[in-house]
Amino acid sequence: MSEIIKVGIADIDLVSPPDTIRTTGLGSCVGVILFDESKKIAGMAHIMLPDSTSINSPIKNIGKFADTAVNALYDMLIKKGAAAKSIKAKIAGGAQMFQFSSGSEMMRIGPRNVESVKAQLNHLGVPLIASDTGGSSGRTIEFNPEKSELTIRTVNKGTKII
Amino acid sequence: MDLTKINHIHLDILREIGNIGAGHAATALSTMLNKAVDMKVPSVKIISFEEITEMVGGSENIVASVFLRIVGDAPGCMFFMLPIEQAEKLLGDLLGEEIVQLTEGQYPEMPLSALQEVGNILSGSYLTSFSDFTGLSLQPSVPATSIDMAGAILSFGLFEISTVSDLAIVIDTAFTDMKELDEVKGHFFLLPDPESFAKIFNALGVPMDE
Repeated sequence: MSEIIKVGIADIDLVSPPDTIRTTGLGSCVGVILFDESKKIAGMAHIMLPDSTSINSPIKNIGKFADTAVNALYDMLIKKGAAAKSIKAKIAGGAQMFQFSSGSEMMRIGPRNVESVKAQLNHLGVPLIASDTGGSSGRTIEFNPEKSELTIRTVNKGTKII
Repeated sequence: MDLTKINHIHLDILREIGNIGAGHAATALSTMLNKAVDMKVPSVKIISFEEITEMVGGSENIVASVFLRIVGDAPGCMFFMLPIEQAEKLLGDLLGEEIVQLTEGQYPEMPLSALQEVGNILSGSYLTSFSDFTGLSLQPSVPATSIDMAGAILSFGLFEISTVSDLAIVIDTAFTDMKELDEVKGHFFLLPDPESFAKIFNALGVPMDE
């Protein structure tokens, strides 16, 4: 029996076949999937915020921030036996759920999350091979490590696979 | 924000804010619909982000929502959130149309702007009484609407608080139709920014530090 591993808000987890890994209701948050296609090891993070370095208080939850979460997920994959060179990434999310006339920084949280995740992937040398970001729709995503496929479901635009 | 400094008196204060605010909003809604609208006793919860979405039927549940930022002395976020069927019913009543459909993906402009106006009026009356009660100066931003997954919508309102905490204080007031008391028609969520709590409690003479 295959199971669906659920990743909550600001959470990180790993998956291997036949299981799949899933997170629901991504708005401005970004779902990051790192995977080693040949070894069929994958993991997902559900990040909320772009940057932990601007936060004064000590960081309790590394899964919350793009910079700490991507690093932590990468380390978890390596520990599990993934080869650094074959790790690739797919991302989804970073929407702007509400359209405001005033373009304050807070309202741009989705795009900022995406930029930060991309910068972190770049820093680690992980190629981003597919993404579905931006827009104004919430997304539920599920990754199948057997096929390395990311299924993305939205309320208004149906389902697609990247 | 140190949540351990918040005691039961503070929670009572927040509950009272929800009570007064949503009470006024329910009256406004009742006037708009020309029928009785009742509300439940507000609940104030210190909960994880995950649990907040459970309050509206889970992260993937589709809801109609109006969001606005509160600006002024005690900034925060406010949501008026309805299950989609309830939003259709409400807008049908309001626009005098038999059937308003929001579920088909394409959202007609008229009901959407009506929804936005409802959110505007209701949150305005909520905020006015919140402001009167505390003596704080509070203004609503222009509201924005979205019909989408509850998790995706709510997480937006958690942005401020999530920078300092893994928990949020949510003031939730559910309201119901007088005839069908058990059926929840919708929710008001008030999510003050972390630094706003001290200001609210100070304004009411119950500082957090003692």
